[in-house]
Amino acid sequence: MASVEFKNVTKSFGNFHAVSDVNFDIGDGEFVCLLGPSGCGKTTSLRMMAGLETPTSGQIFIGGQEVTHLHPKDRNIAMVFQDYALYPHMNLADNIAYPLKVRGEPVDKRHARAREVADVLKIGHLMDRLPSQISGGQQQRTSLARALVYPAKVYLFDEPLSNLDAKLRLEARGFLNHLQRDMGMTAVYVTHDQAEAMALATRIAVMDQGKIVQYASPIEIYRRPATTFVANFVGNPPMNLVEVEGAQADGRLALKAEGLGIGALPMTDAIGKALATSNRLTLGVRPEHLSLAGAGAQNTIVAPLFANENMGPESLVTLDRGEGARVTARIFTDDHLDVSDTVTLGFSAEHVHLFDSAGNRIPAVGE
Amino acid sequence: MKISLPAFVGRIAFSALAALIGAAFALPLIWFLFAPFNARAELGLAIPDPWTLNNFVTVFGNSYAVQALWNSFIQATGGVILVGAAATLAAYALSRSSIPGKGAVTYTLLLFSSVVSGSAAMVPIFLIISAAGIMDTHVAVILTFAGGLLPTAMFILRDFIDSIPKSYEESAMVAGASPVQAFFDVALPVIRPGIVVVVVWAFVNIWGSFLIPFILLRSSDNMPASVAIYSFYSEAGTPIVTLLAAYALIYSLPVVALYLFVSWKFGFRFFGGIKA
Ligand SMILES: Nc1ncnc2c1ncn2[C@@H]1O[C@H](COP(=O)(O)OP(=O)(O)OP(=O)(O)O)[C@@H](O)[C@H]1O
Ligand SMILES: [Mg+2]
Repeated sequence: MASVEFKNVTKSFGNFHAVSDVNFDIGDGEFVCLLGPSGCGKTTSLRMMAGLETPTSGQIFIGGQEVTHLHPKDRNIAMVFQDYALYPHMNLADNIAYPLKVRGEPVDKRHARAREVADVLKIGHLMDRLPSQISGGQQQRTSLARALVYPAKVYLFDEPLSNLDAKLRLEARGFLNHLQRDMGMTAVYVTHDQAEAMALATRIAVMDQGKIVQYASPIEIYRRPATTFVANFVGNPPMNLVEVEGAQADGRLALKAEGLGIGALPMTDAIGKALATSNRLTLGVRPEHLSLAGAGAQNTIVAPLFANENMGPESLVTLDRGEGARVTARIFTDDHLDVSDTVTLGFSAEHVHLFDSAGNRIPAVGE
Repeated sequence: MKISLPAFVGRIAFSALAALIGAAFALPLIWFLFAPFNARAELGLAIPDPWTLNNFVTVFGNSYAVQALWNSFIQATGGVILVGAAATLAAYALSRSSIPGKGAVTYTLLLFSSVVSGSAAMVPIFLIISAAGIMDTHVAVILTFAGGLLPTAMFILRDFIDSIPKSYEESAMVAGASPVQAFFDVALPVIRPGIVVVVVWAFVNIWGSFLIPFILLRSSDNMPASVAIYSFYSEAGTPIVTLLAAYALIYSLPVVALYLFVSWKFGFRFFGGIKA
């Protein structure tokens, strides 16, 4: 196990920056998720750690040792590929044992070790099969077994679960979480599924257009998203964002928007600074912090109903505020929810997030 | 199911026509299979009466003809090994590396390859071989064919390798393999069906060619079977049909055997589409 560090790493393809000036460090035994939309540079970052891609500039360290230009074979890492990359001409035993073969282990010893790992992953009975003769979930576990068969400094995963169906994915996710607890491995895990990142990571690096927007623990990212981009990416469904007009009145902050009723909020220096640039702010409230409210409630959003989806233990109630601006509430109920054509959603002031006109978080009181 | 009379007649007519056309194509083949076993074979089709192996005995008694078969084998095998090995390495490099202008290289070579093995370049080839001092050797034939066949072989193989995900070798290298190890352990076995296509194609090409060995070789000891077959013509230039037929059958067997072997081992699925 070892730490990983990126120092001012940039990777350009032509004059397109896939990863630009990224800095971050992964502690020994951490499980870090790279989370972000398609094309934001997650795979490129991971491939640079593996040595399959060379940074255009900057340095990469593994276990304190610089590896920027080191060949993949000399880095002692393990990687699970998105397409699994199982060798089609080798049976599972040879596939899983291949890293041991190139390390010069004798055949009976490496097959015994492969069998051991395969048994843990419940594919031990398939060792004679070819990759084309097993199911997708079994292929996924085979590629996992091949990565776990030898002790590596860092384990890299590139969306290893994205080709599985929902049920298998949950199962594999639980297994990975257990494995991390068991082995305490240093892992970097690429995904664009925020739920996966939340469930697995000790820290999440949210990426956008080749940059890391926020690097923090899952709970921190959930509670204090650094930008509207992060707020909008994390959560299920993601945070509701409402464009508001802010103004200072009697030493307090008044927010104004169509259909929004909100009591004045305490002023802070940070809010004052944001207002000095522009009075256009963004108000954020998580769907799970909204509830159906009566007319007398203090903080409310009123708008026509757009959709009412019953999901079993909860209902998603979506309002249409016009011009595509929607607000979704996640209401916990085990009953069918009856709502009228116009809905009033209430929330409490402590659940309000504020972002300035550039989309950056304005720290709340006490942050 | 009931079929109306006109449709029935139509079908019979169609089948008869198809059979007729089929027979026209089958006749030479049937002659090709019957004549070698006929002691009095003519150019006309006749069922051997009695069946005999005498023609083969005579052919195998002709040491020049037997030596020629061996020469064909040497030249074809040598050429195939050279083309197979060089094309695999070159195509792999062209597919996997990021050399600028690699597409242009392949197409230019492809363009010239038709010239090299074509008769238009016979004079320069003759002069080069002569200057290199390898006139009248197997090496001369092998090198000339390798030069002519390589570009097309590279082109076919590069296409094949392009369709194989890079992640095979990448995962091998991350697991600790050197690029050479990754190539031999992982890439080569996956590319093998493509190599087989190229090898069969090159073998058939060299085995059946006449002009290049005829021009580059002098002594009868080095002539391949495609040239030696002319020894079964009388001085006057008329073919000795019995021996010619027997020799032709022997001459075609390796190619047939190769096809059968490949189809048994790899299946014919990759012919044409070249996709595993
Ligand atoms: N070899 C390459 N040549 C040119 N551009 C590339 C290359 N590899 C990646 N890119 C570009 O770099 C950007 C980042 O790619 P990357 O594969 O890292 O995205 P990603 O975050 O993994 O996305 P996804 O979730 O879709 O896998 C993309 O816009 C992609 O088009
Ligand atoms: Mg990716």
